[in-house]
Amino acid sequence: MKCTALRHVGSLWCLQSRKVALGSNPELYGHCLQLYGQPPLESVSLVQFETFAVERLKLLKSVENLGVSYVKMSDDYQKKLSTELCSLNFPHRTSVKRRKDHISHFILRLAYCQTEDLRRWFIQQEMDLFRYRFSILSAKYKTEFLHRNNLKYDTVSIEEKKTLKDELINSSYGISGATIAEQEFYRVPFQDALDLVRLRKVFLQVGYAYIPHQDIVTIVLNDFRTRLSKALALTARSLPAVQSDERLQPLLNHLSHAYVGQDYSFQKNIGKVSLEQIDPLSTTSFPLCMRQLHKALREQHHLRHGGRMQYGLFLKGVGLTLEQALQFWRAEFVKGKVDSEKFDKAYAYSIRHMFGKEGKRTDYTPYSCMKVILSNPPSQGDYHGCPFRHSDPELLKQKLQSYKISPGGLVQILDLVKGMHYQLACQKYFELTHSVEDAGFSLNHPNQYFTESQKLLGGGKEVKKEVEPPQRGQEIAGSNAQSAPTQSPKVQALDKMGDLESFFLDE
Amino acid sequence: MPTSDYDPACLPDLLPLYYRRLFPFSQYYRWLTYGGVSKSYFQNREFSFTLKDDIYVRYQSFSTQNELEKEIQKMNPYKIDIGAVYSHRPSQHNTVKSGAFQALEKELVFDIDMTDYDDVRSCCSAADICSKCWTLMTIAIRILDRALREDFGFQHLLWVYSGRRGVHCWVCDEAARKLSVTARSAVAEYLSLVKGGEETVRKVVLSDPIHPFISQSLGVVENYFNKYAIVDQELLASKESVDRVLSLLPEDVRKELLVHYQNEKNPVNRWGILTDLVNQKRMSSKKGGYFEKEIMLQYCYPRLDVNVSKGVNHLLKSPFSIHPKTGRVSVPIDVRNVDKFNPFEVPTISLLCEELDKSRADEEEDGIKNNETQSAERRKIRDYKRTSLAKYIKLFDQFLDAMAHTRKGEILKKSDLQKEF
Repeated sequence: MKCTALRHVGSLWCLQSRKVALGSNPELYGHCLQLYGQPPLESVSLVQFETFAVERLKLLKSVENLGVSYVKMSDDYQKKLSTELCSLNFPHRTSVKRRKDHISHFILRLAYCQTEDLRRWFIQQEMDLFRYRFSILSAKYKTEFLHRNNLKYDTVSIEEKKTLKDELINSSYGISGATIAEQEFYRVPFQDALDLVRLRKVFLQVGYAYIPHQDIVTIVLNDFRTRLSKALALTARSLPAVQSDERLQPLLNHLSHAYVGQDYSFQKNIGKVSLEQIDPLSTTSFPLCMRQLHKALREQHHLRHGGRMQYGLFLKGVGLTLEQALQFWRAEFVKGKVDSEKFDKAYAYSIRHMFGKEGKRTDYTPYSCMKVILSNPPSQGDYHGCPFRHSDPELLKQKLQSYKISPGGLVQILDLVKGMHYQLACQKYFELTHSVEDAGFSLNHPNQYFTESQKLLGGGKEVKKEVEPPQRGQEIAGSNAQSAPTQSPKVQALDKMGDLESFFLDE
Repeated sequence: MPTSDYDPACLPDLLPLYYRRLFPFSQYYRWLTYGGVSKSYFQNREFSFTLKDDIYVRYQSFSTQNELEKEIQKMNPYKIDIGAVYSHRPSQHNTVKSGAFQALEKELVFDIDMTDYDDVRSCCSAADICSKCWTLMTIAIRILDRALREDFGFQHLLWVYSGRRGVHCWVCDEAARKLSVTARSAVAEYLSLVKGGEETVRKVVLSDPIHPFISQSLGVVENYFNKYAIVDQELLASKESVDRVLSLLPEDVRKELLVHYQNEKNPVNRWGILTDLVNQKRMSSKKGGYFEKEIMLQYCYPRLDVNVSKGVNHLLKSPFSIHPKTGRVSVPIDVRNVDKFNPFEVPTISLLCEELDKSRADEEEDGIKNNETQSAERRKIRDYKRTSLAKYIKLFDQFLDAMAHTRKGEILKKSDLQKEF
């Protein structure tokens, strides 16, 4: 096996042409868990390089899936994650595995530092993984970890604990009058405990969060996220040097594309759908979320921003051209309170923006199920989101009944919803509405639902290979024009919704 | 207080007068420079204008107060929005390398809009408001103001009437301005209790233990609930309204209440029966259930749009901007007297212009000469002081003084620390 030589650049490390014995740094691997502050400074063969990376990627992918299928840190979640760690050879008893943990993390940094989306994904999964591994440590090892990593937090005095006794008991889960005396409480600025603040699982006073020792993982996680975020930004800058090595580049590209799969940013069916087809298609081939949005649009002649984005981008993925989209939305809005002129001024811009024809000219990608389920929950007046996740079970049931779902099927769907398996519930909805036993695919994107449905119903024409790559400048840091030998679908476009979000306030 | 009838068609004639004689540019500049602690803070701030015919221009920025003044007086915007402080001057953002132009800081803001309460108010809907439902804003201000100060430690909050149907809060502390997107969204989530869209019936779910923040908020709601919800909104009067309230309760309680309500028609008593029943159920059953509290919160607790608060680059209507549809000025609200605030007493631009004309006429009558040596500034101060805008600008001044005071304190603290070896 040919091995490779690579120059050390910044946070990267040396690879030499010889396989070397096990990492022999006792200090570095003294604890089973680490913050990945130091890059590995040893030699790795190309084979190991690839194996480590792929296995960690599989692990992170599992972490992602488990995070959607189960409540994070629930018993089921922990059990399954532990199994995954074992089967992929990532336990942390011996030094050997710790070395693999260390090296594989740094390799994936190279692959996942390139764009905002990749960074966000990588940080999220690494954090979830870290959270699990930290929580299963005994108190002794938790404390040891804090010491090793110089994480010192302000402790709350006994007097203050007494004064705030009731508030502390009522804000932290699992703290009672009995346990409060024994447990140490830490006082940190609320900015360092955002996960607890967001869920209101902590007591706040004058800008400080009062955190019991049992919840210390949250502050550590925050630390972890901040460090990793900074490190990735740094790595991205050193990346061009790495990518100039032709042997590494295909591997790194492959790694960063591997998790993405189809993102539907690339319109394969442009112009294949006519506007008249949308109404019938919404009942036969749209997933429930889009069917709901379409119905609301037809009835209200309006959709708020969240709904416009989710549905608008979906339609783009289905194959609507910009002209069709403008026609579609204008025709509907004009039936409502918006006159043609106002539409052109206020809403047309937004639609052109979606197609990458305004502002930053980023080609926005249709939302995946994960995104719909996890971000921007709907509030009063909204119709977006995932009905299986965001609707009242009662209302969901009534709606499905009105769509003629069998009682038996209904029970199955509601059970899946109860178990928080939203995508599986939608898959079941697919199976029931298309009268098939097995959908034959694993649902993770609304446009995937549409494509699969069209395939099944025989309605979709043969997919034209490549219409034309989008002209916008996609941010692919360090990629050379002539390279990219892998013909995989796009690197994810920058999904920064910043501009768009801030501009459009709903009237 | 007599309010001149405002006609939107007159806006183009009134705006020039407003921007020349009344808009408090020097206070505005004082605010946005924040004591000059950061150089270029004002210069890198984005403003956006909505001009006649709905023309919208973004990325406006200015080097000095004078530049800002001149531009606004030239463009006479119908609406002014304030955005973030960027890494470069927004007006030059096209010359900056893509990716380098970033929003760095901005006040933490909240936008409470009455339309978000349409499902729980019976007196009005959509853009309408009245003195009955305005109580919802009072409640929102009380709850959020307390939480932002006591829980989060913020001190410099500017509450502003939006001009039509809501209120905005600008949290101007240095720490607030530096918050990341994640932090802002965490704060907004912490403050959110009413969740769910059209498809959710029961929008508030409480479980043991009740977090101190929720207890505090409930305390505020309880002060207003009887008068606002039971009496003014007639929550338990009509069958339709009763049904909606009862849909938030478990089946058995609902059935029992319906029986009671056949005999009891007085809404106040009806509410009493409801709370009694729920309390009983809580005592007896292991699972508890705070249904009466959930009802109170669903009908009264502030509904904020998390998306407005979380974006660092999000643009929000500026204080002292005019609302084109109502003509009312976006004025600061005196939180110490929040119960007395009446949106219908807020001056409109037509009233202000009328007051200006009248005061000019008075001046001439009294034979006060328009002294040429007096600066335009002093004249302007005389101007707004003779109008209904005076008290609001005074409020704004007090807000600015408080921030200046804090800044001075910080400087002293720092120099003290440096003196100690």
